[in-house]
Amino acid sequence: MAEATVMERMPASSKPVVASASAAAASGSRIGFEDVSVTYGSLTVLHSFTLTVNPGEIVALIGPSGSGKTTALRAVAGFVKPSSGRILIGDRDVTYLAPYDRKIGMVVQNYALFPHMRVDENVAFGLRAHGAAEDVIRKRVPECLAMVGMAAYGKRYPRELSGGQQQRVAIARALAPRPQVLLLDEPLSALDAQIRRSMLDELAKLHRDLPNLTVLYVTHDQTEALTLANHIGIMRDGRLQAFGGAQSLFRHPPNRFAAEFLGRANLLPASDLQPGEGDRAHVRFGGTVLSARNHHRLPKGSDCLVCVRPHDFRFTRTATEPNSIGGTVVSVQWQGDVHNITFEAGGQTVRMTSTPMASPPAIGEAIAVHFDPDEVTLVPEDARHG
Amino acid sequence: MLVWSKSGRIATWAVAVPLFLLIYGLPIGVIVLASVSGQWNDILPTKLTLAHYSDAFRADSFDALKGSLVTGVVASGAALVCGTWAALALRKMKPVPRRILDLFFFIPSAVPSVSIGLGLLVAFSQPPLLLNGTKMIVLIAHFVLISAFTYGNVTAGLSRLPIDCEQVAESLGARPFYRLRRVTLPLLAPYLIAAFSLSFALSMGELGATVMVYPPGWVTLPVRIFSLSDRGAIFDAATMATILGAATLLVLIGLSRISTKAMVR
Ligand SMILES: Nc1ncnc2c1ncn2[C@@H]1O[C@H](COP(=O)(O)OP(=O)(O)O)[C@@H](O)[C@H]1O
Ligand SMILES: [Mg+2]
Repeated sequence: MAEATVMERMPASSKPVVASASAAAASGSRIGFEDVSVTYGSLTVLHSFTLTVNPGEIVALIGPSGSGKTTALRAVAGFVKPSSGRILIGDRDVTYLAPYDRKIGMVVQNYALFPHMRVDENVAFGLRAHGAAEDVIRKRVPECLAMVGMAAYGKRYPRELSGGQQQRVAIARALAPRPQVLLLDEPLSALDAQIRRSMLDELAKLHRDLPNLTVLYVTHDQTEALTLANHIGIMRDGRLQAFGGAQSLFRHPPNRFAAEFLGRANLLPASDLQPGEGDRAHVRFGGTVLSARNHHRLPKGSDCLVCVRPHDFRFTRTATEPNSIGGTVVSVQWQGDVHNITFEAGGQTVRMTSTPMASPPAIGEAIAVHFDPDEVTLVPEDARHG
Repeated sequence: MLVWSKSGRIATWAVAVPLFLLIYGLPIGVIVLASVSGQWNDILPTKLTLAHYSDAFRADSFDALKGSLVTGVVASGAALVCGTWAALALRKMKPVPRRILDLFFFIPSAVPSVSIGLGLLVAFSQPPLLLNGTKMIVLIAHFVLISAFTYGNVTAGLSRLPIDCEQVAESLGARPFYRLRRVTLPLLAPYLIAAFSLSFALSMGELGATVMVYPPGWVTLPVRIFSLSDRGAIFDAATMATILGAATLLVLIGLSRISTKAMVR
């Protein structure tokens, strides 16, 4: 995982985020978007998109449906023509290169296996298309099938496989011609929750086995992004809203949208920021003063949001600790391994989760919660998307 | 269907089956029966014979069967190739010019076939386009009449093709022709077979245009049937009609079996 220093700040102006992570120089190909715009008729679905996926790195693009993730990925694959900007794979400018000359692997949500070919022929397709020798094919196909745990299924037709198995074959097929770059478009979205989790583990393992493979992973699922990616880009309405190391982006979201989309953070509106010792700052929330990290170096006296993850709250019944918020319980939900509690504080509905409590509070009960100032970040109030 | 009570269903069947037999079964039954009749003055034939069939596989009539089959296969094959090509070429086109070309393709199927025949006769009667009295003009007439159906069928098939499959093939390094050969056409196979079957059946039954243009010595079965019945040789005409129906049916059954195989994969 990348350290916090590679984190990019979201400027308060409407300038697009320019994402680039520190080069983890390895022998592989980077993927570069340079100021890429894509329009359909009069509709612009990608606005000056700039992002670099360093060699051997996994970058996840996440964002709500329709935010332009697939468009960005297809621009790399060559199925969407940018109206301006450049796309690079390695050091090649591929903006005007045909898809079949780009040497990429692509996996899509609905697998798209060739229904009229057996599994081994599906996997061999890319090798044959490149004119590989028969003995190379005979060696490589079982290798790739073994890599995804499908060695025994070579002679089946796709329709004889389950969804998860089909997606494994699709991954093997994409990897068989040894591309430097792998594009994954919501590869797990069509699978049920349990298979999705195990596939996630296997994708992580696959990348450990192929450390030079550069991966662009499109998903709307934050768990997938956080589990797999070194860096995450958050998209909205065709724009990159935030980009950064997975951990730092989660811990120090640069704006409201990033905080809410990645991990559903509570955002408490606060005012009158006063710098404290180190990178701490104190802000006023309702009648209380709260301390938190001022990671984004917001100016003295400004308004901001206190970004508290639901699991960062510690529950007490009375406000004895520093950094306490008092509130009234709205709902209590037990989910086996956690308690979800919603309470009202300072006119805000706040969510917290905790380990199961022996005696949870009752609805309507007055409670207090507090948090460790080092776990919590101040986020600038986003003027555009309030 | 849509009738739930048992008695209702029985009543529905009791009406539907005789009606079906009357409308579809009677004409076919009469033709088949006539084809084996020696004499038919009463309500049923009084003498049965296979003489018409042994005649049918001799000389003129057999040539007509051959003529029909060759015309059907060649014209349908050509229409399949051209219709598929056109459908593939027009697929990537913008909607408006495409709509116009679609319309252009459908004109021959909207114009009466006799008019098409007459048009060809006039168009190809002058050198250097002198085709009157050749087999070619029959093939052209059939091709013009059926290519619209082929084009329509293939276009419908293309619109249902999973676009992802073709794009993934391309991303794997498949150049356009390789992708066409290994992905698009195999996926399209059921539609190609359906298109061929339909145009073959149309060609086998085509009379209007053929009658206008057929040269001496190249007669199709429908033309032969027409002239036989015109001469009053009803039983012989019925025999030829039965053979025409059977031959067409056999080819279509064969094609549909291939198509089922292609679908299952
Ligand atoms: N071929 C197309 N023609 C017109 N609009 C399109 C086309 N493809 C995508 N769009 C539009 O572009 C936007 C982004 O789509 P997409 O990249 O698929 O989003 P995502 O993958 O994030 O859900 C959407 O508003 C969608 O309607
Ligand atoms: Mg998408």
